[in-house]
Amino acid sequence: MAAIKSIEELEKIREQAKDLINLRKDNETKTRVVVGMGTCGIAAGARQTMLAILDELKKRNLDNVIVTETGCIGLCKFEPLVDVIKPNQPKVTYVNVNEDKARQIVVKHIINNQIIDDWVIPNI
Amino acid sequence: MIMMKELSLHVLDIVENSINAGATLVEINIDEDTKKDVMIIEIIDNGRGMDETTLQKVKDPFFTTRTTRKVGLGLPLFEQAAKSCGGELEIYSKVGEGTRIKASFVRSHIDRPPLGNMSDTMVLLVAANPGKDFIYRHRIDGGEFVLDTREIKKTLQDVPISNPMVLDWIKAFVEENLKQISGGV
Ligand SMILES: Nc1ncnc2c1ncn2[C@@H]1O[C@H](COP(=O)(O)OP(=O)(O)OP(=O)(O)O)[C@@H](O)[C@H]1O
Ligand code: FES
Ligand SMILES: [Mg+2]
Repeated sequence: MAAIKSIEELEKIREQAKDLINLRKDNETKTRVVVGMGTCGIAAGARQTMLAILDELKKRNLDNVIVTETGCIGLCKFEPLVDVIKPNQPKVTYVNVNEDKARQIVVKHIINNQIIDDWVIPNI
Repeated sequence: MIMMKELSLHVLDIVENSINAGATLVEINIDEDTKKDVMIIEIIDNGRGMDETTLQKVKDPFFTTRTTRKVGLGLPLFEQAAKSCGGELEIYSKVGEGTRIKASFVRSHIDRPPLGNMSDTMVLLVAANPGKDFIYRHRIDGGEFVLDTREIKKTLQDVPISNPMVLDWIKAFVEENLKQISGGV
């Protein structure tokens, strides 16, 4: 049976990661992504949405993006909701973001600076 | 009506309450006893707690102190899940000390939602709240394992716990250990 993940392995990861730590602490140059994690957000799949965003960022080696969560903002039928806030730009809110949309938002909006208008919250 | 497909999603949702209550340490205990045929999920936090009146109302379905929506869904949904599986939901809380939520289920109940992906729930909690600490203990009959972010942080020193390689380690750690203790069950 394969050895269970151990703390020693974590030490190895530390050795690898410590040289790669992004020392830029200035949050103003970072893009912020905020995923709604209220009850209906979670029921609608927000956990998988956020994990898809993290996975896509990891695959593309993007370390200047901060991913956080927020509580419910009262728009149940639009969950999962994802905000993208680029430095010095207004917040863009995407609605009904499943895993697939989440990955496309990373590529199109976060990397290529193209807002995906069709998925942005309608004026209500 | 909304519904959680997995118990691990309820866990995530109940821990979100703890985080919103300012908790810095949240314990998640899952205890499965196949002989007694029970499954217990307990979430304990050191957040601001609830006073008596709030506690009374919380058991009343649809109470919330949020201002964005008129009803609270998290606890009533969890209670409904437990009750429909022959169990119950208990809430203990003290202002300034913290809150303990305990849900029980008849483990083999046909309506019991599957545990689902606890590794995803833990990875998400850690990634979204690197400054908070989580202890996840899971026991199935004789077997047990513990994930404690305080220990992980001690080992990592200046490397952030939200580092993708660390998150992958946490995911694998939970998956492998759960598989191990699930043995013949
Ligand atoms: N761990 C906790 N510590 C302190 N207060 C809590 C805790 N859990 C719940 N509460 C209180 O109970 C209320 C109801 O919680 P519940 O999860 O049912 O709904 P909600 O969090 O308000 O909204 P929703 O979960 O539907 O997004 C909360 O608004 C909060 O005031
Ligand atoms: S979680 Fe339901 S409206 Fe936000
Ligand atoms: Mg809640």
